[in-house]
Amino acid sequence: MKTLKRPSLVVEIAGMRLRNPVMPASGTFGYGQEFAPFLDLQRLGAIVTKGLSLKPKAGNPMPRIAETTSGMLNAIGLQNVGVDAFITEKSVTYRGLNTPVIANFFGNTLDEYGEVARRLADVPEVTAVELNISCPNVKQGGIVFGTDPRAAAEVVTLVRRQLDKPLIVKLTPNVTDITVIARAVEEAGADAISCINTITGMTVDIRTRRPKIANRTGGLSGPAIRPIAVRMVHQVVQAVQIPVIGIGGIMTAADALEFLIVGARAVQVGTANFIDPAAMLAIIDGIETFLIDEGLDDVNQVIGSLEF
Amino acid sequence: MKNYQTIILSNLEISPGYWRMRILAPGFAAVAKPGQFVMLRPELALPTLLRRPFGIFRTGCLPPECAGLPAREYLEILYKVVGQGTRILSELHAGDRVELLGPLGQGFAINDNTCEKLLVGGGIGLVPLFLLADELIRRGHHVRLLMGGRTRDDILAVTEFERLGVETYVSTDDGSLGEEGLVTRVLERKLAKYPCAEVYVCGPMPMLAAVEQICRTRQVPLQVSLEAHMACGVGACLGCVVKGAGHSEERPNYLCTCKEGPVFAAGQLDWGRATTVDDGCPEGGCR
Repeated sequence: MKTLKRPSLVVEIAGMRLRNPVMPASGTFGYGQEFAPFLDLQRLGAIVTKGLSLKPKAGNPMPRIAETTSGMLNAIGLQNVGVDAFITEKSVTYRGLNTPVIANFFGNTLDEYGEVARRLADVPEVTAVELNISCPNVKQGGIVFGTDPRAAAEVVTLVRRQLDKPLIVKLTPNVTDITVIARAVEEAGADAISCINTITGMTVDIRTRRPKIANRTGGLSGPAIRPIAVRMVHQVVQAVQIPVIGIGGIMTAADALEFLIVGARAVQVGTANFIDPAAMLAIIDGIETFLIDEGLDDVNQVIGSLEF
Repeated sequence: MKNYQTIILSNLEISPGYWRMRILAPGFAAVAKPGQFVMLRPELALPTLLRRPFGIFRTGCLPPECAGLPAREYLEILYKVVGQGTRILSELHAGDRVELLGPLGQGFAINDNTCEKLLVGGGIGLVPLFLLADELIRRGHHVRLLMGGRTRDDILAVTEFERLGVETYVSTDDGSLGEEGLVTRVLERKLAKYPCAEVYVCGPMPMLAAVEQICRTRQVPLQVSLEAHMACGVGACLGCVVKGAGHSEERPNYLCTCKEGPVFAAGQLDWGRATTVDDGCPEGGCR
């Protein structure tokens, strides 16, 4: 008689063993504890923190968010407590937690990126870092690091020198060819790539004639962007050897599976956390149910199984 | 706080454009505090995506229909149809499924001193004041409600407050119900008569700012219930922040309306620029 065995959801990324391929997207999960009342943090594949900067950041003026058809625009402005407060106040909340913690961070100059990386390098509670390169370089006319392959490679090289922890680089979709950037950061020493960040968008209040968010433009997220994200993840998977984490409008297990099938080793869930704080648990359970339905015993049999 | 998948018990238009929805919510009444709110959306929410925040109007319990059944606990929201989300809500019926998260946020702080309790509501802003009035009266306080609106259609549920034993004063901009004029004028008159008072207010931003100025001048303690667009309701998205006292670009002091509020002591907020919160009432009740 065949014994009933639960399928394995374990995946490996950059030397990290994750109990399942589901983790929050940075900026949608606070620092983690905000969601402890709704889900057991130990069930997640990993925790990804809000983006950290060298100094605390106030963020953008209000209004910062607007719902659009099947999506939302946000221009929060990377409001965060700063890397030092994170280390002294937030990182202690991860002690005893058997879930990898990925610290997301950003800078507005190369020096800032390097300095934040250096401060995170020796924090024992931080398992890995995720580098957000979707920021303007204020010292070079505001060109966004992540839209220029040389600037992207430069910042990755610098950060790579500062720490030994697994380094995930998060790519912006607001480029002509994402594979060029993906190859550049791979060559510069990234251990993994996560994509996509939000797509720049805009929405207008027709009565007041004003943009609905004070920053005028914002980042579009939610199910509206998912087909674009799946396409870009597919392209990046084809272009690089390092593992890719898929992000973009995942609401359900079926959505997550699309990313896994095109070759993402794991996925990040963002906007869905706002709508249902326990959304990731349903996605994890749904992936397991899918594997059982399909008669598979390991999620790695699904990853990269795209036929075309 | 709990994540409910539950059903609507009733959904009725109580005044043109204003609706009252009763939702089944076991275990809710015991934990909900005056001034807290819920995040709500229909289970099949397309084409909208996010939950919407609504102040808790009241909670209650239906008697068991048959012997042996547990009593059915519910909560009620009052909302104004102002956009797509609230329009979709208004089209739902008893038995339709909704997803509800709550109770959320910080409610009113209740002080058992002998000062007069003045509740000021503007339009849909009366929503969080009902449970507050109920609690104050249960503690033996005399409660006065100053209720303002543009027209008589904007004056809601006053008789329900009166049934609690609240002394009510109604004013409308066009004089179609109660006194003609702004509710702030009534407030000034009451404060002249009762210098030892505490004020609790919810309503559109210009009204909140006017009430704050009146209370600051007279050094009367004030609690304000704010409204904001929210995505998550639990302090993660940072989409509903308001400038706190002493806020500056160098020393930011943004407070989450959802988590540190929606009720704030007036002194917690930066009134110089606190009005950068959405003007008016975007969707649903003031929280």
